[in-house]
Order: sequence, then C-alpha cells, then structure tokens
Amino acid sequence: MAHAEAHADEHHYTATGIDNKKLAIWTFIGSECMFFASLIGVYLTYKGRDVSGPKPHAEWLDKAGVLQEQMLEIPLVTFGTALLLFSSFFVVLALNGAQRGNRKQLIGWLVATIFCGVFFVGMQVYEFSHFAHRGMGYTTNLFASTFYTLTGFHGTHVTLGLLWLISVLVVALRGKLPPEKALNLEMAALYWHFVDVVWIVIFPVVYLIR
Amino acid sequence: MATTAIDHAPAHTHEHTGLWSWITTVDHKRIGILYGATAFFFFLVGGLEALVIRLQLMGPNKTLVSPDTYNQLFTMHGTTMIFLGVMPLSAMFFNYLIPLQLGARDVAFPRLNAFSYWVFLLGGILINVSWFTGHAPNGGWFGYANLTTKQFSPGPNIDFWTVGLQVLGVASLAAAVNFFVTTVNLRAPGMKMMHMPMFVWMSFITQILLLLSFPIITVALILLMIDRTFGTSFFVPTGGGDPILWQHLFWLFGHPEVYILILPSFGIISEILPVFSRKPLFGYAAMVFSGAFIAFVGFGVWAHHMFATGMGPFADAFFSLATMIIAIPTGVKIFNWIGTIWGGKVDFKTPMLFAIGFIAMFIMGGLSGVMHASPPADLQQTDTYFIVAHFHYVLFGGAIFAISGGAYFWWPKMFGKMLDEGLGKLHFWLMLIAFNLTFFPMHILGLNGMPRRVYTYSAESNFELLNKLETIGALLLGFSFLVFLYNIIKTWRTPQPPVGADPWNAATLEWSIPSPPQHFNYPTLPQVHGRDALWELKARHGGPLPEPQRVAEDAVLMPNPSWKPLVAAIGVTVTLGGFIGGSHLWVHVAGVAILLYGIYAWAFEPAFPEHH
Repeated sequence: MAHAEAHADEHHYTATGIDNKKLAIWTFIGSECMFFASLIGVYLTYKGRDVSGPKPHAEWLDKAGVLQEQMLEIPLVTFGTALLLFSSFFVVLALNGAQRGNRKQLIGWLVATIFCGVFFVGMQVYEFSHFAHRGMGYTTNLFASTFYTLTGFHGTHVTLGLLWLISVLVVALRGKLPPEKALNLEMAALYWHFVDVVWIVIFPVVYLIR
Repeated sequence: MATTAIDHAPAHTHEHTGLWSWITTVDHKRIGILYGATAFFFFLVGGLEALVIRLQLMGPNKTLVSPDTYNQLFTMHGTTMIFLGVMPLSAMFFNYLIPLQLGARDVAFPRLNAFSYWVFLLGGILINVSWFTGHAPNGGWFGYANLTTKQFSPGPNIDFWTVGLQVLGVASLAAAVNFFVTTVNLRAPGMKMMHMPMFVWMSFITQILLLLSFPIITVALILLMIDRTFGTSFFVPTGGGDPILWQHLFWLFGHPEVYILILPSFGIISEILPVFSRKPLFGYAAMVFSGAFIAFVGFGVWAHHMFATGMGPFADAFFSLATMIIAIPTGVKIFNWIGTIWGGKVDFKTPMLFAIGFIAMFIMGGLSGVMHASPPADLQQTDTYFIVAHFHYVLFGGAIFAISGGAYFWWPKMFGKMLDEGLGKLHFWLMLIAFNLTFFPMHILGLNGMPRRVYTYSAESNFELLNKLETIGALLLGFSFLVFLYNIIKTWRTPQPPVGADPWNAATLEWSIPSPPQHFNYPTLPQVHGRDALWELKARHGGPLPEPQRVAEDAVLMPNPSWKPLVAAIGVTVTLGGFIGGSHLWVHVAGVAILLYGIYAWAFEPAFPEHH
C-alpha cells in the first residue's frame, strides 16, 4: 500500500520543524520551573523563622543545652555539585556520540554521566542520614522541613533522570540507538540539564547565602 | 495537494465499537466525547449538591442538613464544579476541536491524551468516593490552612481533597503539554499562528496558564499533605509556619485558574458569534492580544482575594490597580463581540442565543468584579453572598452559557444530528430567567450582610424572601438542564436525515469534513491561506462546497489503540491515593509498581501499526 506509506510521512510533519517530543520536553520543563520556583519561594519565606534549632549556617543549642556546629557541610556538597555540573557536559558528549553513530563515545560518556548522577544522589543520601544522626528529623523545625522538602524533591528529580538515562543506556547497549533515534537520548539529556540548572539555583540559595 | 485519498477504494467505513474500543481509544474525538459525558455527569452531581444547599437555605433555621454536612456540600459543590465540571467540559472542546480546527489528524500525543482522561476520571471518582465514607472534604474549595491542618481537620476529609486535586492536576498538566505542542506543531500547512481560529487561540493561552499555575497548587497541596501526614509545620503557626503562605500559594494558582475557566468560553463565543452574524470576528488581533494580556496580568492580581488578611496599603493598592487593569482587555473583548454582531445578518439560533446571553451575563459579573477590586468595597463584600453572586455570574452566566451554546453549535459535527431547536430555545430562556432569579438576589443579600458558608440564618435577619426566590430559581435552573437532557435523548432516538458537513455555513475547517468526522479527520491535510479558512474556500468556489465523501477507514495510517495509558493512570491514582488517612507504604509501592509497568510498556509499544 504505497498510499499508507505516503501518509506515514505526514506523521513527521510539524509546522515549526521542531520534533513534537522535543517541544513537549521543553514545555514540561517550563512547567517544572514553576514547581521549583514555588518550593524555593517557600524555603526563602521561612528562612530564619525557626522557633528552635538546628540552624543551617550558625551554631545552635540543642535541647540538652549543648552547643552544636552548623548543619550544612559545604565542601562535600560543593564536590557533588561540581560532579553534577560535569555530568551535564558528559551527556552532551554522549549525545554527540549517538548522533554521529560512535558507539564507544555514546556508551562511555553515558556511563560517566550516570556515574556522576549516582554519586550526587549517594551524597544526598549520606547528607540526609548524617543530619538525621545529628538529630535533625523531618519535623524538627522549619529549616529541617523546608530543607528536606526542597532538596528531597530535587533529589527525586535527579533519581528519575537517572532512571531515564539508565533506560536509554540499556537500549544503547542492545544496539537499538542508531543516529536517527538519538532524539531519545536528547530528551533525557534535556531533562538532565534541567535538574542540573535547578541545582545551580538551589545550591547558592540553600548552602551559600547565609 | 490533490485529494488523492478520495478515490481510494473500497470504501468500507467500518468503525471499531464496543466497550474495549472505548477503553483503549486514543482518538481525540472519542476522548473528547468521554470528557464531555463524564464532566456532564459530575456537573449534574455538583448541581444536585447546590440544590440541597438551596433547599437548606429556603427558610430560616432549617435543619434539612447538619452544619457539618453543609460544609461538605459547599466544599464539594465548588470543587466539583471547577475541577470536574467546567474544566473538563472545556477539555471536551479542546479535545474535540483543537485538532479539527487546526486541520490535524489527532493531537501530538494520542496516548498521553488518553492518559489525561483516565487520570481525570479516576481523580474525580477518588474525590467523590469520600461521600460514601461519610467524610467528604469540608474545608472549602480553597482549603484554607490552618483550618485544613490536622489539628482542626483530623478526619480523612481533607486528605480526599489534597490527594484528589493532585491527581486531577496530573491530568491537567499532561493535557496542557499535549495541547500546547499540538497547537504549535500540528497547524495545517500554511496556517500561521495569526490564522488560527479564536477558539484555538484562547485554548492555547489557557494551556500556558495551566502549565504555569498548576505546579504552584501542586506544591501547596503537597506541603499541606505533608503537614497532615508527617506532622511538619509548613502551615502550623506554633511551629513557625504561616497560614497566609497557603493563601498566597493557593491564589497564585487560583486567580490564573479563573482565566483557565473562562478563556475557553471566550473562544467558544468568538466562534459562534461570527457564524450567526454572517461576519468575520471583529478585531481578530485585538482579541488575541487582549486574551494574552488578561492571562499575563492574571498572574499579578492574586492577592485581591486576600484584602481581608491586612496586607498593608502598598500591597492593597498594587493588587487593586492590577485587578482594575484587567477590566480593560476584557472590555476590549466585549466591544469586539458587540462589533461582530453590529451590522450583521443576525440569526437567532440556539447557539447564538446562548452567546448573546453570555455577553450580557458576563458583563454583569465583570461589573461586580470591578467593584470588589477596590479594597474598601471588598472589605464590606468579602465572605458575603455578594461574592457568591459575582462568581456565579462569571462562571455560570459566563462559562456554562458559553459551553451550552458550544454544545448546541458543535453537536451536529460530533454526532451527525441536530439538537431540537425548539427545546434548545426553551432550555435557553428557562436557564436565563432561572439563572437571574437564583443569583441576582444574592447581590442584595450580600450587601445586606448575609455571610457565605453559613448553614442557616435567623428569622430576624429578613433574608427569607430573597432566599425563597433563589431556591425557586435554583430548582427551575435544574429543570432547564432536564430539558437539555430530554433534548439529547430525543435527538438520540429520533431518526433524522443526515445533517451534512456544514449545517451552519460556518467558517472553520472542522465543517469541511463529514459529520461525524472519520477517524483520521482529514484524508489529506488541508492547505490554509488565511483566517476563516472554510469561508475563504467557499468564497473561492463561489458558493457552498460539494458534500465531502467518506473514504475507506484504512486510507490513513492512524495510531494503535492502547490500554497502557489506563494502567499508568491507575498507577498515578493508587500512588497518591495511599496518602488518604495517613501514609500507607504498601499502597504507594503498589502504585509506583503499576505506574512503572504502565510507563515502560507504553514507551516500548509501537505507536503506529507496522507498514503493510
């Protein structure tokens, strides 16, 4: 049926020339910006309005009256931030490999991207459990609740991004990501850049601004 | 582009039928019909809730319902009408009309479209299941914290609300991404943005509002849910939390939501008026830009819902002025609609009556709206029946009049049959009279100090007479919808000669194809050169076009049906549903498992049949 074939081409027609899926990811990212803007707004609104410790950037007295160090550990998170930033660069190299049909480049850099992402999530898990160990539960004070909620939702987004990248990696390893399907990686990469960019806002807001 | 597909033989025009074909459908027209039927059902439920409220208020000190049941009734009435009535009724028109008016075969993501519908349906069921547990939401449709925190609302009532609205939010966001991409990318060859029918334009702006405002209420609902479930203090003053923050987040969503409810109706009206005035829409570009301006400024007026919280003179002045500015683009629209009718050959068919009724009622709602844009006036009016009168004039007198008119207008396209004109006119006049009888006295009662959300009033307050009139009006209003329902059933059961493609001599592309359209809408994609594409075609042809012929259903390769969107929708609902009455880990785990299965099965199934 030559007829049906001719119409199959029309399924790729778009008025702007931009692929539907790519535009959808951009649209979704626009919406997600408002999600994180709201969470960051809540964090900033409540900054410094705790009725008790722990404090993010200053020493505080615990319930027993013992002086405690500030909560946030900036060097560790700075390192995690750097890795996350690098991973955004790595995923571009992986995409370049996918588009040029260079399998080695694709898989190598995709693995590197995923490694950085896993390290970042691992860092956050360590940070959270360390805070819990130091007595900062989810409901301890407003700082605890807003901090865990904001960075936790970001961490969830990173985790979902990882799940997506790993799914693409599995497809690539099975040899099913030829250059004409590189868009499947590009979509995941766009989302990955987004979670990275959000962190570029969250990191100074939470960790650097006193 | 020649119409090569027309002579394609053999023309067997079988269509898939049966329940399973509806469950797995990814056809935007069927999904539109599903949205319409479901939303109309919920609309009737919300209407019944309103009638019980009206019967309770028919006289002083009545005890038809208890105060707590009354709280549940007005909360569910508002929530139902907004999220399960007007929004999905608009979504019916988005689904059915956006691809057709753009000259497209379907939306950009047909399976995502099915997903949106199923999530909406399950979210609607989830909220309403609360009635059967005896714990329907009772904190108002705005759910003000800290009334809705655990301390003051210990039952599961509010959980149904926070969870249900989150589920519905997923449906709205998925649909908004879909229609945004569809509008930008699937315009027929030659159709520039400034050629699009006004309904598509207003719907497009609505999608942008949905995309930008729903994440905000999602965050607010999540924080409230976390407060209630895990004991945090986001909105609990003793822990340092600020209940006013809830109001800011809620209305930062809530005011754009008002335009989400009304802009699609602006679009519907802008399609009906030109056809029945036999004139192109007056001031097309001004209509587009005033719509965009309303949407833009709509994000800067939210705190006019909060004058009573005491924000100080600067904030009051800012939000008051911003609110009054919105009256300007709205006035531009109203004058353009009047300009469209002006000097036209007006044909008072049922859709036109509803459209004109819309303009009149909406002006009244707009005028009272400008009144409480002023903080001193608002402080007298807030929390009184004056506000109830105002928003019913814009949402019922506005949105429901427009949606009813749209139903009469597009019914022949959707079902190939005309609704009865006489019953339609009866429906309109009954609705117009009953609507004003119900809601106009509320202005007076409100200014006389009758408060909203209170289950009764005393005999000495002198509210009885007007309340009695309102209740009679409400019953009559309910009856007008029975007339509509009867019209639908009668039309359904009475055989009719086929209406043809273009019974109204209309201006847009959906009227160039058979009624109801075939699965693929257009055998070949139409070429567009300007606005009012079909009027242009008819003008060049020098009269009515020949009746379009149906072609073989397999002439165009269309997407596969799929049940995976339903699975993913169940996953979303179960995952979030686990937060009702506390957090239930295994429900979350089961929900996430279903969701992941649904998404992966969806991602790896072919969207289109293999080439023959």
